[in-house]
Amino acid sequence: MNHEDEVVRRQRDRSRIMAWLLAAFVVLLFFITIAKIGINW
Amino acid sequence: MPAMEIPNAAALPADWRDLLALTKPRVMSLVVFTGLCGLLAAPELPPAVLGFTAILCIALGAGACGALNQWYEADLDAKMRRTAKRPLPAGRMDRQTALHFGVGLGAFSVILMGLAANWLAAGLLAVSILFYVFVYTIWLKPRTAQNIVIGGAAGAFPPLIGWVAATGQIAPLPLLLFAIIFLWTPPHFWALSLFVRSDYAAAGIPMLPVVAGVQNTRRQIFIYSLPMAAVAVAPWPLGLTGPIYGLAACALSAAFVVLTLPVLSNRASEPSRMAPEKRLFAYSVFYLFALFTALVVDRWIAL
Repeated sequence: MNHEDEVVRRQRDRSRIMAWLLAAFVVLLFFITIAKIGINW
Repeated sequence: MPAMEIPNAAALPADWRDLLALTKPRVMSLVVFTGLCGLLAAPELPPAVLGFTAILCIALGAGACGALNQWYEADLDAKMRRTAKRPLPAGRMDRQTALHFGVGLGAFSVILMGLAANWLAAGLLAVSILFYVFVYTIWLKPRTAQNIVIGGAAGAFPPLIGWVAATGQIAPLPLLLFAIIFLWTPPHFWALSLFVRSDYAAAGIPMLPVVAGVQNTRRQIFIYSLPMAAVAVAPWPLGLTGPIYGLAACALSAAFVVLTLPVLSNRASEPSRMAPEKRLFAYSVFYLFALFTALVVDRWIAL
């Protein structure tokens, strides 16, 4: 594996993880909002 | 994976495993655990998702501290065998990435804590991160042998933050939990620093065994274990916990003090002959886990 392939592999890995984290954050914010509404925020 | 030729590893985008390593996951586990116990010991519990988010924020805040600590101490870490393989000294990541990651993670954890729990908990989280980075890492650690004594306050915040995240208020019990970790930190770290003394000396970090000598450090470990034990037991006679916690605290703290005695009488200066110090260090980690577990068990059985 050459240097450029390794750069692309790492960028892809990080993008994939960032996408999952953002999706998890959206879901978390949704549930936080529901919980806050439930306790008359 | 086939072998690869990488002329300058730091020129590559950081691998996600190295970003994870930057957060010091093992240290984070103790922080998360004590924060969770602080939350679970509170008289009222928030909805599960808010409690989960509060603990997540404590974990992220601890991760930010780890990243910023490694960013600042990259040169020192390179001189110590124990830390030389971390992402920055090993050249697997550039310093700016670590700085951006740490600042971003810290800011995110505080804002999320404010939105999910309350702004008092967020403020305490911000204070603990800033205290760890500026007061401990940048100011005290390279300058004084008392670095661990004062800097230990940063690691003592999580149970207080957990409690405040649940209740929105500061109360006597979480302040005592803060004091327990504050007084536990010096004997815990000094036991470690005794058998990795040469590492600290090589890096020029003025840890107590380097500056004041091995025997003096052993005396200090014993001296500090006494108020630690007293504060650990205190919530019981003060009526803040029940007998389950009280008896566990008595037994665990007595064992802690007993384990400092062979340390006190040990005259060895080579790490290979420091079995009592290694035993005390291992027990100190167990002690904190067991003490906080007893607190939660006591609280939930009393319900």
